[in-house]
Amino acid sequence: MKLEIGNIHVKALEFAENTALSAGTVQIDQQALVGFIRELDHRIASVALDIARPGDKTRIMPVKDVIEPRCKVEGKGSMFPGRNPGEEAMVGEGRTHVLKGMAVVTTGKVVGFQEGIIDMSGPGAEYTPFSTTLNLVITCEVDDTCNQYDHEAILRKVGIETANLIGQLAKTAIADHSRTYETKPLLEQAAQYPNLPKVGYVYMLQSQGLLHDTYLYGVDVKTILPTLLYPTEVMDGAIMSGNCVSACDKNPSIVHQNSPVIHELFEHHGSKYNFMGVIVTNENVTLADKERSSNYVAKLAVQMGLDAVIISEEGFGNPDADLVMNCRKLEDAGIKTVLLTDEYAGQNGESQSLADSTPKGDAVVTNGNANQVVHLPAMDKLLGHDTYANVIAGGWDGSLHADGSITAEIQVITGATNELGYHNLTTIAG
Amino acid sequence: MTIKIVHYLNQFFGQKGGEEAANLPIELVNGPVGPGTALQAALAGKGEIVRTIICGDSYFNENEGVACMGIREILEDIKPDLLVAGPAFNAGRYGMACGKVGEVAHGLGIATISGMYNENPGYELYKNYSYMVPTSNSAAGMRQALPAMVKLITTWAEKEGRLGTPEEEGYMPRGLRVNVFSEERGARRAVNMLISKLAGEPFKTEYEMPVFDRVEPQPPVMDLSKATIALVTSGGVVPKGNPDRIESSSASKFGEYSVAGLQTLTCESHETAHGGYDPVACNQDPNRVLPVDVLRDMEREGKIGKLHDLYYSTVGNGTSVANAKAYGHAIAMHLLNAGVSAAILTST
Repeated sequence: MKLEIGNIHVKALEFAENTALSAGTVQIDQQALVGFIRELDHRIASVALDIARPGDKTRIMPVKDVIEPRCKVEGKGSMFPGRNPGEEAMVGEGRTHVLKGMAVVTTGKVVGFQEGIIDMSGPGAEYTPFSTTLNLVITCEVDDTCNQYDHEAILRKVGIETANLIGQLAKTAIADHSRTYETKPLLEQAAQYPNLPKVGYVYMLQSQGLLHDTYLYGVDVKTILPTLLYPTEVMDGAIMSGNCVSACDKNPSIVHQNSPVIHELFEHHGSKYNFMGVIVTNENVTLADKERSSNYVAKLAVQMGLDAVIISEEGFGNPDADLVMNCRKLEDAGIKTVLLTDEYAGQNGESQSLADSTPKGDAVVTNGNANQVVHLPAMDKLLGHDTYANVIAGGWDGSLHADGSITAEIQVITGATNELGYHNLTTIAG
Repeated sequence: MTIKIVHYLNQFFGQKGGEEAANLPIELVNGPVGPGTALQAALAGKGEIVRTIICGDSYFNENEGVACMGIREILEDIKPDLLVAGPAFNAGRYGMACGKVGEVAHGLGIATISGMYNENPGYELYKNYSYMVPTSNSAAGMRQALPAMVKLITTWAEKEGRLGTPEEEGYMPRGLRVNVFSEERGARRAVNMLISKLAGEPFKTEYEMPVFDRVEPQPPVMDLSKATIALVTSGGVVPKGNPDRIESSSASKFGEYSVAGLQTLTCESHETAHGGYDPVACNQDPNRVLPVDVLRDMEREGKIGKLHDLYYSTVGNGTSVANAKAYGHAIAMHLLNAGVSAAILTST
């Protein structure tokens, strides 16, 4: 598969009379977009739109998802395929345009316990990678006929459909920067660089249950067996977030669209190694599923002739067991591994960090200790609801202070310890 | 800028006497004393020892609570930028005191720099709370210890408390995981590590995999029909409204709740505080996580002697292993004291 990504750099985002893109400015007709969103589901009770810019004294919480507007310009399929009938075509080929530098952020009343905070300035902004994007924030509430599953599904749809709609603006735009990514069919790819070691990416997706789900071509990944992807498929939204795992280390959809391990592996593809492709796998809760999926991952890696892989985790605790099983079984099959995780080492960092362990895991990249406590000063503007600071994962009763400031673990910050290595936080022995 | 330092010394280095003065209670004196004088001189204006706390080693260790309270008051009153303790070399009681005052200062948000021999029990017990430079095992090593402490104090001041790794800065590992921002994002570091591993070149893992405790299983309960069985869960089942406000993640506590007289749990009486799993099934029927209904059946059928009146609950989600271990220990003590024969642990 060969995909050309054309980035259109968004320099400004504003509300205007018409929805349009010109000279790097994205204009949004607020009324029309609110109407579009309300039509998506009759159970939507209210919709408000706001723009949060880098440096603004704005707090967004609780954040459900962050999505990058994209559109297919050439090639089959549609963005975030497989959700609707008629959208079953494979993606990852042709040309895709990206509105780079902006994002759609969904918020509203809490669905689970595990939705996050994005501060656009102040100390919290350093911890979230989404303080640097121009964010179109949708505050969406649903009526009381919705249970938590309905609520999550509606907000997921709102985010994805809005991003797809805005992404259409990029269709006829001239890209500021383009890059082509290509992975050939297995035999051809192996033959292209016969003298280089063959590497792959084991892409673990959160699938611990409802509210902890991820979708691959619209399919709930807890029902899949591990399978193969071309790396470019994720750039067209083959993987979509639907989960409410702790904000710091869940992967919002934008992280899958820009899947960092895939992009970094392409950097040395053909010089240091031969990047053969991606194995996606799940993190189901039963031991039988964990054993089966990790056995399957090791089998596929051997079948692909891989010499080494990077394995990334999503979430923590229970999925640590999947990470460790994947590592152990791949190393036992003679395939070298590098693991990406984060840590839950206690608020002072005094505890061991993982819930499972293997001596085979001798190459680990850590994306930070999620239990570290941070003080987030009050902001001038709040999008969403800050009362949830006392209940979301990483907060406690009293996290929200009377002046609007918040003291909590960085676990509450969206993307702070992202385990795909999207951000720069790490942990050292001190 | 000159940082404000309080220095902690024992009776010997505080020039009060040897073992005969070991019962000396806390004394607070102005300015530096003994090794403090040399420290102050070597700091060359970068730090000023404003007060010295002198306390006898026996007094401190035999009256730890009182001594710590006094030292806390002194630190709260003076509000130093930094506490310096020792160096204690391999003096056990002195090392324990230096370590403990570091813990007290930590509680007040004040950093401590100390020095001791790596086998001093004060290091093992209190390493989490202080930056300790390694010293020789006797005071004969004072000439090496003081410059090492001065260097660390100077760096600490220059870096505004954000010290690098033990290897870079010359302190003994504190056993802590510390967050820092890296120049390269995690994905790039992973690819670089992969390239090194493939090439057989040396690389440094960012996290050494932990070694776990193994708990030996207890012998089986011989006669269940006479046994008192307790329920313990990390699944977060709490009385409705979560009276103890157990956190949805990284729990800071566990709760003890009564099920005396309750035949079953209902969605009106109980719920889960856990943020790490789909709460809907548990909230509909909390027996799914804390099986009170089944144990009551077994009690009636005579299969078990009795369901213990109290159950213990915490949230396992994102809770550090160190905290979980402490809660487990405390819960076990409650169960032992109550004469419980066995416990059923449910997790989620």
